[in-house]
Amino acid sequence: MTSGVYRWMLLVVCALALPSVAWADWGALNMPVGVTEISGKVYELHMRIFIWCCVIGAAVFAVMFYSMFKHRKSKGAVAADFHESTTVEVLWTIVPLVILIVMAIPAAKVLIEMEDFSDSEMSIKVTGYQWRWQYEYLDQDISFFSQLDSASNVARQANSTVDPASIEHYLKDVDNALVVPVGKKIRFLHTAADVIHSWWVPDLAVKKDSIPGFINENWALIEKPGVYRGKCAELCGRDHGFMPIVVKAVSQEDFDTWVGEQKMKTASADMDAIRQWSQAELMATGERVYAANCMSCHQKEGQGIPGMFPAIAGSDIVNGDMDMHVHTVLNGVPDSPMQGFGSSLSDVDLAAVITYQRSAFGNQAGDILQPSHMRSLRQGLRQSALAVPQNNLKGVN
Amino acid sequence: MANRHTVVAGKSLLLAVAMFGFGYLMVPIYDIICEVTGLNGKTGRVSIAEAQAEVATDRLVTVEFVASINQGGSWIFKPQVQEMQVKPGELNHAAYYAENLSNMPVVAQATPSVSPQAAAKYFNKTECFCFTRQAFEPKGSKEMPLTFIIDPDLPINVDRVTLSYTFFRSPDQS
Amino acid sequence: MSYSDKAHDHPGHDEHDDHHHGPAKGLMRWVKTTNHKDIGTLYLWFSLIMFFIGGGMALIIRAELGSPGLQFVDPMFFNAMTTMHAIVMIFGVVMPAFVGLANWMIPMMIGAPDMALPRLNNWSFWIMPFAFTIMLSTLFMDSGGPAGGWTLYPPLVLQMGDSFAFVIFAIHFMGISSVMGSINIVATIFNMRPPGMTMMKMPMFVWTWLITAYLLIATIPVFAGAVTMLLTDRYFGTSFFSAAGGGDPVMFQHIFWFFGHPEVYILILPAFGIVSSIIPTFARKPLFGYDSMVYATASIAFLSFIVWAHHMFTTGMPLAGELFFMFSTMMISVPTGVKVFNWVATMWRGSMTFETPMLFAVGFVIMFTIGGLSGLMLAITPADIQYHDTYFVVAHFHYVLVPGAIYSLMAATYYWIPKWTGNMYDEKLGKLHFWISTIFVNVLFFPMHFVGLAGMPRRIPDYNNIFADWNFIATIGAFGFGFSQLLFVYIIIKCVKGGKEATTEVWEGARGLEWTVPSPAPYHTFEVAPEINSTTVTR
Repeated sequence: MTSGVYRWMLLVVCALALPSVAWADWGALNMPVGVTEISGKVYELHMRIFIWCCVIGAAVFAVMFYSMFKHRKSKGAVAADFHESTTVEVLWTIVPLVILIVMAIPAAKVLIEMEDFSDSEMSIKVTGYQWRWQYEYLDQDISFFSQLDSASNVARQANSTVDPASIEHYLKDVDNALVVPVGKKIRFLHTAADVIHSWWVPDLAVKKDSIPGFINENWALIEKPGVYRGKCAELCGRDHGFMPIVVKAVSQEDFDTWVGEQKMKTASADMDAIRQWSQAELMATGERVYAANCMSCHQKEGQGIPGMFPAIAGSDIVNGDMDMHVHTVLNGVPDSPMQGFGSSLSDVDLAAVITYQRSAFGNQAGDILQPSHMRSLRQGLRQSALAVPQNNLKGVN
Repeated sequence: MANRHTVVAGKSLLLAVAMFGFGYLMVPIYDIICEVTGLNGKTGRVSIAEAQAEVATDRLVTVEFVASINQGGSWIFKPQVQEMQVKPGELNHAAYYAENLSNMPVVAQATPSVSPQAAAKYFNKTECFCFTRQAFEPKGSKEMPLTFIIDPDLPINVDRVTLSYTFFRSPDQS
Repeated sequence: MSYSDKAHDHPGHDEHDDHHHGPAKGLMRWVKTTNHKDIGTLYLWFSLIMFFIGGGMALIIRAELGSPGLQFVDPMFFNAMTTMHAIVMIFGVVMPAFVGLANWMIPMMIGAPDMALPRLNNWSFWIMPFAFTIMLSTLFMDSGGPAGGWTLYPPLVLQMGDSFAFVIFAIHFMGISSVMGSINIVATIFNMRPPGMTMMKMPMFVWTWLITAYLLIATIPVFAGAVTMLLTDRYFGTSFFSAAGGGDPVMFQHIFWFFGHPEVYILILPAFGIVSSIIPTFARKPLFGYDSMVYATASIAFLSFIVWAHHMFTTGMPLAGELFFMFSTMMISVPTGVKVFNWVATMWRGSMTFETPMLFAVGFVIMFTIGGLSGLMLAITPADIQYHDTYFVVAHFHYVLVPGAIYSLMAATYYWIPKWTGNMYDEKLGKLHFWISTIFVNVLFFPMHFVGLAGMPRRIPDYNNIFADWNFIATIGAFGFGFSQLLFVYIIIKCVKGGKEATTEVWEGARGLEWTVPSPAPYHTFEVAPEINSTTVTR
């Protein structure tokens, strides 16, 4: 190979590298330093090992390239005949070993700190669902679901006319953020209700798998108020890429105010559930609930995906007996991706989405389910209403 | 020569078959490792006699109770108390409440898990509703007791132990 | 069954006396062949075809990821593509290609007339096309192809429709094929060496394959066991991996990675062997530190069995476990480092020329080292918790597999194709292929480090605008790299059809028995065992 070709190569590499330097925001190139003591230490570890790797790589490649330029036949190099040297071989076994030990010690220290769960001040249980998160504040009796915000949800649909670039936090925003106080050691308890998920917030340097039937734990002590965004990191099915995490860290006072508001909200949700709703109101709410919870499998027009997800349009269940429909939505269908929404949607949302499905997509049932009725169904006051023989479930899938 | 090939091939095949068996052997091995190390928060089970042999200490540990429902089943499932302070070495009683909201009889299985994992092997139960499957009548409910003892050898930096149960619809509904 | 024993009985025999017949004519030659060269050729063509199928899937993935928003495919199909791409590339490209090279080269390198078990050899190949037909056919079934990742983690994988059974069936067949192929290689290496060909006189490629074969025999059955458990969990009511029945989904991950980690060395050890053959040839200097190369390979193989849980640091593990797996993983970089240093020392004060095989081998050493160093970063558990399941990991393993394993295969093809066809390939086009591939492969995979560190998870079909620039660049690289491989096919076909006649030795600095037979290698070689004494150059 002539040196001309190398010069050409160099030119191409530079040409490729320059614009990318100009375009990219350098902040988006590296791991974030984060906002906890641990995340800062992890960042330091990452940088330290990265620099070590660069140094080792540079040294090896320097020797190699020197050799490739000097010891080439075209320059008249004559091959030597040596093919072993015990001293050298022992040396380059021992030296890396020493470097490894030097790197392992600080890593082990950080790991031990990460695994120290003592003196925590509050506990939040995080449950992964397909495809949203549930947060339960164990000390506050607050519990809610958090899923992709509606702006992103509209833009992310196939053939959507909304440009994802026009949405500020595309796929990084949720309807209900997790609100936590700064300066408190918070334990996160992780579990899942269906398949394995993984709760990851880079700025807090926390990533832990949520495993159905088991509980996992990690913790964070956030030092700086702010909004920190994360993602589900473990493949969990169709909408794995669409279940973001938003952690809003606020001062203790703001947190207390927020807790108060949440309790008020629960109370007003109770009020909503007992009043009478018009069909138009239910349809409007139902459309929103459908888009957030049902659409990704059953599709925009309720057509489903043949072989994978059954259609809502023209479905026997949706056009048939209301009780069977309610039962399916509440309890799901065993051994299928259809989960039960009984524990994750409110009475209003359930009543609305069922009402919506029964009138939308050309479905003819057209009847209304009032939230109050839904509530009584769920609380088991009308025992006969939900009597569905087991064998009716066959063929639902 | 053909014989030599058969010998090598036979030995290799034997190794392959043995490794297939080893794949299955990993199941009990894994269980044992979990029990010994507390991997995945699997808890221990001891008899009353063993439990009473423990010596109580003055140390106080917070035990926190958590409940989860798998696959969104139609249940109410919750601990009767959110948390309690216990002394390692002492026998403690707690309970969970479960209610079947559907109109079908359902058999459920609760699976326990303890966090942090370092605490799991020191968390011993003498009696637990998770030892057996629980049958529920339509709309049936019950309070399910649990007796446990925390080993005084619990590592000193553990001051809070979470006991979690997940309620599964049992795969075997008979 | 063996030719060599006959040859021993009649040491003075003419080479063409015993087995005068050449290859049979027509299609049945390939169906019924027991000739190691024919079967090697079949394996190599098969993996080349699969390379384009798997590559096509990669291009679908990269096209979808070219810009934010869903443009071409449904997320479910996207997941099926990532899953299938991995299965095809691992089990359908890299593994069969290495087996193909082993078939062609091991008998010629050790001076044996054929593989030890030729009929088994035929069978191990012919299972493969059927296994992959079944596997790929699931994409056209109602319930779609496997979409839970090639790692097949339950419970997600159990949500799949009934094409699941086909996937498991196909995996079993691939496994059987690999194990049979490995048994054959072990038997050949142990039994078919002529007198004088001691273990320490074997070329590195033979050594690395011997160790790889043992890894395969030891781990593929474990994988077969794990997928069988999935199958019974899905259809026969067992609860190996379901917490409801007393099982544990994490246990699957342990069993899977007990197979899966040795598997990644299965994908790279033969590549080490290839590079260890090529570099000495073009440096015109024997391999530096042959003994330590053998020991390093063996220790990598051993260590590969005790590091599996580093794929699972986020599943929750006791501190002691995390520390153990961190240290053992870091240890792997010692023997791997020895190998890289030995290659550099082989070049040192050599008399180098840079024909295409050497370019690919040098490219391998550089880019594999980059992948190895990011692997060292991934070993650091606290940092791994941040890297895990991001594009940083994707960048890491593609650096060791594409400019690693795949480059070694290309290097091997250019290196040995004159011996296979009797013609030299087009050197100009070969070099062009190398430079285009190398530019694009880096444009493709290097930006993935950045988006991974900046927080982009893997296996997602859509992402926020902040990752858009780098993903667009990666997509350009992917299409550039993908289409430049058409050049590779053109070069191969051109070489098969004709070209400058190759000499027996082919390369000036060639070392080893395969370069003592004429080019193209006759249908039967070494029917008379070669004379090997202490001065014979065999490696």
